[in-house]
Amino acid sequence: MNTTSENMNAAKTTTTPQAVPAEKAPAPMGTIMGWGRIGVSGRELLSEDLPKITRGANLTRGLGRSYGDSSLPAAASDRVANATLANRVLAFDESRGILRAEAGASLVELNKLLMPRGLFSPVTPGTKFVTLGGMVASDVHGKNHHREGCFGAHVRAMKVRLADDSIVECSPDTLSDLFYGTIGGMGLLGHILEVEFELARIPSQWIWMESERVDDIDSFITALNTAAPKFPMTMGWIDCLSRGRRMGRGIMMAGRWASAEEAKRTDPMRLPDVTVPFEFPNIALNPATALAFNTVYYWKHVARTMARLVGPEPFFYPLDAVLEWNRVYGPRGFTQYQCVIPRKAGPPAVREFMTLLTRLGGASPLCVIKDCGPEGKGVLSFPLEGTSIAVDMAVSPDLQRIIDELNAFVIAAGGRVYLTKDRFTRPEHFRAMEPRLDRFMALRDKWDPQRKLRSAQSVRLFGDRA
Amino acid sequence: MKAVLLGATTGMGRAIARLLAARGDQLFLLGLDDADLDRSAADLCARHPSHASVGHAVCDLEDPDTFASALDRADAALGGFDAVIVTAAMYATQDALEADTELARRLVTVNYANTVVFCEHARKRLLARGGGKLVVFSSVAGERGRKPVAIYGSSKAGISAYLEALDHKFHGQGLEVLCVKPGFVRTGMTAGLKAPPFAGEPEDVARTVVAAMDRGEAVVYAPRVWSAVMLAIRSLPRAVMRRINF
Repeated sequence: MNTTSENMNAAKTTTTPQAVPAEKAPAPMGTIMGWGRIGVSGRELLSEDLPKITRGANLTRGLGRSYGDSSLPAAASDRVANATLANRVLAFDESRGILRAEAGASLVELNKLLMPRGLFSPVTPGTKFVTLGGMVASDVHGKNHHREGCFGAHVRAMKVRLADDSIVECSPDTLSDLFYGTIGGMGLLGHILEVEFELARIPSQWIWMESERVDDIDSFITALNTAAPKFPMTMGWIDCLSRGRRMGRGIMMAGRWASAEEAKRTDPMRLPDVTVPFEFPNIALNPATALAFNTVYYWKHVARTMARLVGPEPFFYPLDAVLEWNRVYGPRGFTQYQCVIPRKAGPPAVREFMTLLTRLGGASPLCVIKDCGPEGKGVLSFPLEGTSIAVDMAVSPDLQRIIDELNAFVIAAGGRVYLTKDRFTRPEHFRAMEPRLDRFMALRDKWDPQRKLRSAQSVRLFGDRA
Repeated sequence: MKAVLLGATTGMGRAIARLLAARGDQLFLLGLDDADLDRSAADLCARHPSHASVGHAVCDLEDPDTFASALDRADAALGGFDAVIVTAAMYATQDALEADTELARRLVTVNYANTVVFCEHARKRLLARGGGKLVVFSSVAGERGRKPVAIYGSSKAGISAYLEALDHKFHGQGLEVLCVKPGFVRTGMTAGLKAPPFAGEPEDVARTVVAAMDRGEAVVYAPRVWSAVMLAIRSLPRAVMRRINF
């Protein structure tokens, strides 16, 4: 085992401000929330020195974009390390396209560094406000999943602090069981300290996007299948309030990086940040406003098909344009239900799922469909070959029942849900949809038999002690 | 610009170093831990448009014997520096300092006496070449004796007075001294503290400081709104200061 000495903690004196031990100024007890804004009591340790704050810690979290409880402590007294200040690029080989950075480095910072040099993250989720550690722990996927798989498929190596506080380097060749367990492992096998991954080369900073207004769910699956061989990036927005003949109508978007000749001469404009200034009242997002939004958004796409150059920001991160947009849901909070229906269940299963979803209601304007490629090597990695559907839902008295019904359908179809979004799945449902769980728990037995690493989610779904 | 930075591996110093690297300035890092400096140097190289190498040397504000040799190494590596930026300092809460007199002694020594000694070494090297920029982080805590920062604030008041006098005395000889007075900024240093209104982010402070540096300002509050806040604090009568806990 390749244990690294902790020379960074050995500083005998203090000339940098944070050197006063954290014990002397304990973080105030506050609320730790996921993106869905359902919080728990807890305190976060914050320092540039990630090896220091992960020592003895129960959980490490990043920018808190996972919706549910995967980045929340199991108990208020748990030690939670916040990785976001550990954000240094440690090695950048531009010619080979390889980058190694501390786990708190965010995609928003890395994009600024990479794009002018003709490089980009090989996989990006729908927000740039994510850390590398979070991208590994969730094994995030993006619009190019059908071509490139998840982020974990592009990771070459990681430095991880284990539950016994030793620090090891793992890769597909070294401690490979730890490596593949950590990819998509929700931070439960070890604290991710450093990530080394392969970059994608891009011919320009612009994207050639073709979009199509689609009439119903069957046409949607056909449109995605038709676009997949032609475009490295595809996804769709579904008007999940439409019913009957129009159920599952929406807008399919496909894109590829524009060639240097096609691209505009200027850099894509970065729009000024707009912030939702305060928490909206619960009533702000209701069936009427959601219906109005969806109708406008659908018919804004007047032409059947459109093709144009767009910047990466509106293409990859349309919601990032409004900071703290999660406040729109009000104090009740919200969740995202994301599942994948396997291809072998066929398009009728997707139509049935949409029928169930529209019948159960939920009334959120955000519903996204994406065709996924083959399952990755991460032991608990979410995607599998099939159709993924993600829909935001405000918390309501009916929410648990809705999610139970959706999960029952997904289990019958052989699909599963995405832990990064989940807050309400029952443990027996998760077990039923996750045949790989035993393998993951065996890895936890090996690397963390005491179950020191835990989260509110691991208590809820994996039976860890509260 | 060829800048030497003391304390640039963390917090506001890190943010300033990144800003300078991204615009192509040549940098040399001073700090406590060689391995940590190495990682920050790699980070800045990656951000530098030409990937220029960033040198570093160990320099401990608690050990004045390290100052001259560290600055000499920076001078040799950069081929003569023209800016020195000091963000390093110690911080502890008033409670911690009152409970531990040895900690209080160390803090005032590092933040005042040793910082003055470091600046003297830097000033002489800059003036020998006809001037340059000396940027030192003081604090709004040094603006007035206040209950929650009685000891820390007094060390910062001392450094502010020293920097003001340096400006008076050597401005005519080409030395541009900038005294930076950050208000509450969200960094690892303040992680355990409750953030007041007008709390700033390190990246915003860095932009403010670099802009003030480029313009040759002598004092800058960051975020700038703190100049108004401190004007109000300075004007409060003693009878009020005895009663409030700010």
